[in-house]
Amino acid sequence: MTRPQVTIDGNEAAAYVAHKTNEVIAIYPITPSSNMGEWADQWSSEGKPNIWGTIPTVIEMQSEGGAAGTLHGALQGGSLGTTFTASQGLLLMIPNMYKIAGELTPSVIHVAARAIAAQALSIFGDHQDVMAVRQTGFAMLASASVQEVMDMALISQAATLESRVPFLHFFDGFRTSHEVAKVEQLTEEDLRAMLDDELIRRHRQRALSPDNPVLRGTAQNPDVYFQARETVNPFYLACPAIVQNTMDRFAALTGRQYHLADYHGAPDAERVIVLMGSGAEAVQETVESLMAQGEKLGVIRLRLFRPFPAAAFLAALPGTVKKLCVLDRTKEPGSLGEPLYQDVITALHESAEAPLPVVTGGRYGLSSKEFTPAMIKGIFDELKQDRPKNHFTIGIVDDVTHTSLSYDESFSTEDPATVRCLFYGLGADGTVGANKNSIKIIGEETPNYAQGYFVYDSKKSGSTTISHLRFGPKPIRSSYLISRANFIACHLFTFLERMDVLAAAEPGATFLLNAPFPKEEVWDRLPRSVQETIIRKKLKFYAIDALTVARENGMGVRINTIMQTCFFAISGILPREEAIGQIKKAIKKTYGKRGELVVQKNFAAVDAALAHLHEIPVPEAATSTVEPRPIISPKAPEYVRNVLGPIYAGGGDALPVSAMPLDGTFPTGTAQWEKRNIAAEVPVWDEVLCIQCGKCVLVCPHATLRSKVVPEAVLAGAPATFKSAAARWKEMGDQKYLLQVAVEDCTGCGICVAVCPAKDKTNIKHRAIDMEPQPPLRETERENWDFFLSLPETGRDALSHSQVKDVQLLQPLFEFSGACSGCGETPYIKLLTQLFGDRTVISNATGCSSIYGGNLPTTPYTANSDGRGPAWSNSLFEDNAEFGLGIRLSIDKQAEFARELLAGMAEQVGAGLAASILHADQSSEEGIFAQRDRVKQLSGILTALDTPEARNLAAVSGALVKKSVWIVGGDGWAYDIGFGGLDHVLSTGRNVNVLVLDTEVYSNTGGQMSKSTPRGAVAKVAAGGKPAGKKDLAMMAVTYGNVYVARVAMGGSDTHTVKAFLEAEAYDGPSLIIAYSHCIAHGYDMVHGIEQQKNAVQSGYWPLFRYNPLLEGTGKNPFQLDSRAPSLALEKYIYNETRYTMLVHSAPEQAKQLLEEAKRDVEDRWKLYEYLAARPVTAAPQGGQQ
Amino acid sequence: MNTAVGSQLATRYLGFDLKCPIVASAGPLAKEIDNIRRMEDAGLGAVVLHSLFEEQIELESAALDRGLSSGAGCNAEAENYFPEMSGYNIGPEGYLEHIRKAREAVGIPVIASLNGYTPGGWVHYARLMQEAGADALELNLYFLSTDPEITGAQVESQCVQLVRDVVQSVTMPVAVKLGPYFSSLPHTARCLDEAGASALVLFNRFYQPDYDLQTMEVVPNLHLSTSAELPLRLHWTALLSGRIRADLAVTGGVHTAIDVLKCMMAGARVAMTTSALLQQGIDCVPGMIRDLAEWMAAQEYESIQQMQGSLNYLSVPDPAAYERANYMRVLSSYSLRRDTV
Repeated sequence: MTRPQVTIDGNEAAAYVAHKTNEVIAIYPITPSSNMGEWADQWSSEGKPNIWGTIPTVIEMQSEGGAAGTLHGALQGGSLGTTFTASQGLLLMIPNMYKIAGELTPSVIHVAARAIAAQALSIFGDHQDVMAVRQTGFAMLASASVQEVMDMALISQAATLESRVPFLHFFDGFRTSHEVAKVEQLTEEDLRAMLDDELIRRHRQRALSPDNPVLRGTAQNPDVYFQARETVNPFYLACPAIVQNTMDRFAALTGRQYHLADYHGAPDAERVIVLMGSGAEAVQETVESLMAQGEKLGVIRLRLFRPFPAAAFLAALPGTVKKLCVLDRTKEPGSLGEPLYQDVITALHESAEAPLPVVTGGRYGLSSKEFTPAMIKGIFDELKQDRPKNHFTIGIVDDVTHTSLSYDESFSTEDPATVRCLFYGLGADGTVGANKNSIKIIGEETPNYAQGYFVYDSKKSGSTTISHLRFGPKPIRSSYLISRANFIACHLFTFLERMDVLAAAEPGATFLLNAPFPKEEVWDRLPRSVQETIIRKKLKFYAIDALTVARENGMGVRINTIMQTCFFAISGILPREEAIGQIKKAIKKTYGKRGELVVQKNFAAVDAALAHLHEIPVPEAATSTVEPRPIISPKAPEYVRNVLGPIYAGGGDALPVSAMPLDGTFPTGTAQWEKRNIAAEVPVWDEVLCIQCGKCVLVCPHATLRSKVVPEAVLAGAPATFKSAAARWKEMGDQKYLLQVAVEDCTGCGICVAVCPAKDKTNIKHRAIDMEPQPPLRETERENWDFFLSLPETGRDALSHSQVKDVQLLQPLFEFSGACSGCGETPYIKLLTQLFGDRTVISNATGCSSIYGGNLPTTPYTANSDGRGPAWSNSLFEDNAEFGLGIRLSIDKQAEFARELLAGMAEQVGAGLAASILHADQSSEEGIFAQRDRVKQLSGILTALDTPEARNLAAVSGALVKKSVWIVGGDGWAYDIGFGGLDHVLSTGRNVNVLVLDTEVYSNTGGQMSKSTPRGAVAKVAAGGKPAGKKDLAMMAVTYGNVYVARVAMGGSDTHTVKAFLEAEAYDGPSLIIAYSHCIAHGYDMVHGIEQQKNAVQSGYWPLFRYNPLLEGTGKNPFQLDSRAPSLALEKYIYNETRYTMLVHSAPEQAKQLLEEAKRDVEDRWKLYEYLAARPVTAAPQGGQQ
Repeated sequence: MNTAVGSQLATRYLGFDLKCPIVASAGPLAKEIDNIRRMEDAGLGAVVLHSLFEEQIELESAALDRGLSSGAGCNAEAENYFPEMSGYNIGPEGYLEHIRKAREAVGIPVIASLNGYTPGGWVHYARLMQEAGADALELNLYFLSTDPEITGAQVESQCVQLVRDVVQSVTMPVAVKLGPYFSSLPHTARCLDEAGASALVLFNRFYQPDYDLQTMEVVPNLHLSTSAELPLRLHWTALLSGRIRADLAVTGGVHTAIDVLKCMMAGARVAMTTSALLQQGIDCVPGMIRDLAEWMAAQEYESIQQMQGSLNYLSVPDPAAYERANYMRVLSSYSLRRDTV
């Protein structure tokens, strides 16, 4: 049978089989498994049926726990069900996994295996998550490649039906889940042939049904629970044979023979490695290479991990083995060895076949750490030792407990017949998309095998991507990044200044550069080190001014298809005309649905590309005087220079264990040292026109626009181009107002310009700030920025913290984050830090705000000149409110203890001081500062006293100064996964402040629907427009009566926003602020974000209100409706956004109906709010504050 | 198609016999098939659909592409931010489907309206509209020349060439809706006539921008027409009537039966209205028709055709009424009145 050859990634391969062989699919997004759920949802929404002709029901749940519960129910209901997950999501499924297995329920969970959040979160791949569920009773089957993912997905589905043991099918997150590879696609006939309908009927017969009532899920007592737990043993004993039989049937069908433990290598091997997952591919490649050099080596690729197939494993092991190394891609601190190692040891010892080989265990590849042939050879070399190191690590330098093995990094097994290409791109230029198309073209239009893998940095603005493409006539097993490339393309010239783009170039390789210069100038513009490398490695050098070609053809900055055309033209993988034809075919497929214009623009860019592609002659000697600037300023602290700097420069892999903090603790204030220079244009201030309103400073998402009012005298010595204006404050009239841009940190979003109200009366398009090209300003403004920073901050006591004009002068303690350009969330966080940053602890839910807030290398939270600033932590996604509450309780408890100690030591420390501390009024910032001084005085006294009580009090005296606890997260957390916890925390009456950055969608994982998603908006898992209305979380909190609640939108009213933050923080009880946050997931240019916020408010979609329980005590209505009645048609607001308009295009009737319903939502909500705002106050003043 | 041939109100436009000279001009009401049915039921002679704007298709396409591309391929956790839909109906498909549905829904002629942007676009979309079943096509010529290098003659020449290209590419009758701002409208009209236009529709209404002095922004400005706009149309219809082959239609300022009568007498075959339908509802049409019939009965007119062109430039005893002499008279009379106040 001829099967289609498709070029897809691991997630799609798994989802393909899962969707074809199931009926109910419960999903929840989590990286790197989200795509599987998205595929399933898309196929069902397109009406694609499973192999039995019915369209699977796909439902997004509020958490992985919810998905697992739904799956459990679906299975008990008699359907075939599945889910997809990873990492923390899998951990949340554990309780149901025990249930599903305990009830012997056939099902498969597909897992893109990922690291677990311990000292830090990591989205990348290893086996820590799957190893954490090995005890649940699920069978566990591992895939090592994209082809295996498709195959094992089916094998596990067939085996679970026969064995009744539920299966966890796992493969390595990113390395396999996101690797694009050419595979043979199983046909529906294959799937039907492997799945026995009779087994499915039996599954249905076991379902809960009132027609055949049974009871399941009983409570059992000491008398029988144990015995009942042992009933499942026969099923587990039978399971390995069933899996092997299934694999054999599969082999008969497809020709691909798998075994529970597959051995590859010399029949008389003496040294063997055992492992699971994608690393086995690299080991097999290395074994083959070293065997060719005469070594007797082998690898056992363990596929079935649970039930552990001891017999099959022992049978696979050659009798000649003397040294056996078991590799685990996980870490179990405190154990005698990692799980696979322990199982292998047990299997060997229980086999009682002496003599046993020497067995070592090692850890590798945590969080997608590279696992290369060089490392593998290092392991084999270590096995040559008489007493090879046990419990080792490979791939890192462990200079603390010295576990790591050393290896020769130069060893390579790359096949000369395989073409290896590297592409350095910007996220925004479309490089990844074009390369995915390229690998599909090569995979599907040529006889070559093909592999694509894509690496991203962690920034959401100005992100860098590196595409690794391999293709050639032989199967590709290289499950590691390319370090020796035949072809390197650099899609942004400035990359040459900050990374060693040509490090991986092999001698004689081809280098393609996008250079914004005439061809005659390109060579001279290169940094000297690049010139030297090109000459030394004898590279063939091509250049194109792709940006000009893109702009001339209406493509903006998207140079992807232009560079792709050049790649095909230079590489010659296909005849030029055929390549262009295939590129156009791919363009049509990718963009065709978006309209002919888009297709034609791309076509025109492709056609224009080759005329602008030039081979650049390479002289014999380097002549350039251009030297790259240091990546991290030499003025940065030592830790930043020595640890974070190398990470930023791409050298983090070389950092030893000792360079890392013990417990995940990092210094704050590090983003300031990473000068990214990503803005094409930056704001430029017209100090004459400016009215000093501060709106631009308030909305700046990256805190790159700052203002100060300073005495004129301090400006002596200012750089020549430094600007200032007479301050427009009555009380500061004799001072100077400064507005300065950090041009090297600015992302160029332009929101500041969009909100600037000061227009030139003779030339309206000129405002007090305009965008101008950044490069010419870089040097002068860098100097101006440094000077600006050196000036004193404006005194906080001289400012009204409720006035936007004054708030601009408060120092932000959140700056230069990696958030998207124009982010709608960050201005709120920045405001929080301006108002209360010096006394704030932030508990941050996982999501966008934890990534731009806490992803290495550099982070944005910072401190003021006193060294005070927000302390920040991210616990998990689901527990954020509870985590924040815990911090609150902890601070309060310590304050209480401190007060008790102080009261007892009043005489020793001075009765007056003790009383003033114990009775301090800290309701204002002035009062807090005064308390700080008193506590500082107390600390001095305690140090001098040096008694046990004094030392104890000193340890907790900091808690005597008021601390503000902020619980920050997105709507995915607050409305969905963390809602139960949030609800409970609000109900406790404790003094926590909750800030919900409401983007109405799961932004971080790519735009999946949340319960905050509005009716009619398209989101992933809501392709037909969300049919249900948005949950009114604010009103739910209002019903408690003692929770301060505000719904704010900075663009609707900045003053209202500031007021709400101040009131929320001042309220000595729980507060909830729901902040409208525009987001790229809404599908429009973020420069209009603030305007859209205004539209949201004016249309009545986002009414502004505050519910302040304190007012009730004064006889006033606590519910204050702060925006006016709707004055803008809803469609004037929503149809500026692609999330709504795409439904108008794709399903106009549905869009029309949902619009009408959404209008009714707005009308009804407004009526309710009006009623509440007009309600006479009758209730007595309530308690509720703590 | 027409069931009212020979009736008192019958007229002939674009080669079709219409039962009534009142026609719905291009406007938002015709976006709903149900409204088109109601227009027929109310007695309108034909319906011009809302315009298909070539630029709008392009803008929508570009906006969709920008929106869907936003943030795509930038991040390990989010390859993109929107689900892949099976289609977006970007392009003329929605409009063409609307033509098909309208054609099936009513018996009166359905006239498609096209506002092009590129020479190729005009012809391309005109063909598609014909294939979709449009009875006729109204070309909405809305050139806004902002380039000081382009002469009036060049603009006119482009218009004429465009009409010629479209007429040659389709077999259905083609009407041309144009604005009044030509240096020599009669000459332009004759050229369009020679290029093959089956009718001229006088005049397009230009939506001129206004200023918002609060925000200091230029804002779009849309006012519905009033009867006060009618005289300009009557003037030029009367001047062209009988002097070119193409039919004439008046649009803009037609609100009452009296307005319709004036249009007919100036030489129009049909009087088109949208503003009246928007302001008073489609239900106002039977009243207008009744008023029309009553006036004709009172004045003993036997048919609409009898009055068409009866007050045009060629028919009035004093054609100076349409020339500069009338302008002078008006001015002087205005002065006199002011003097006497």
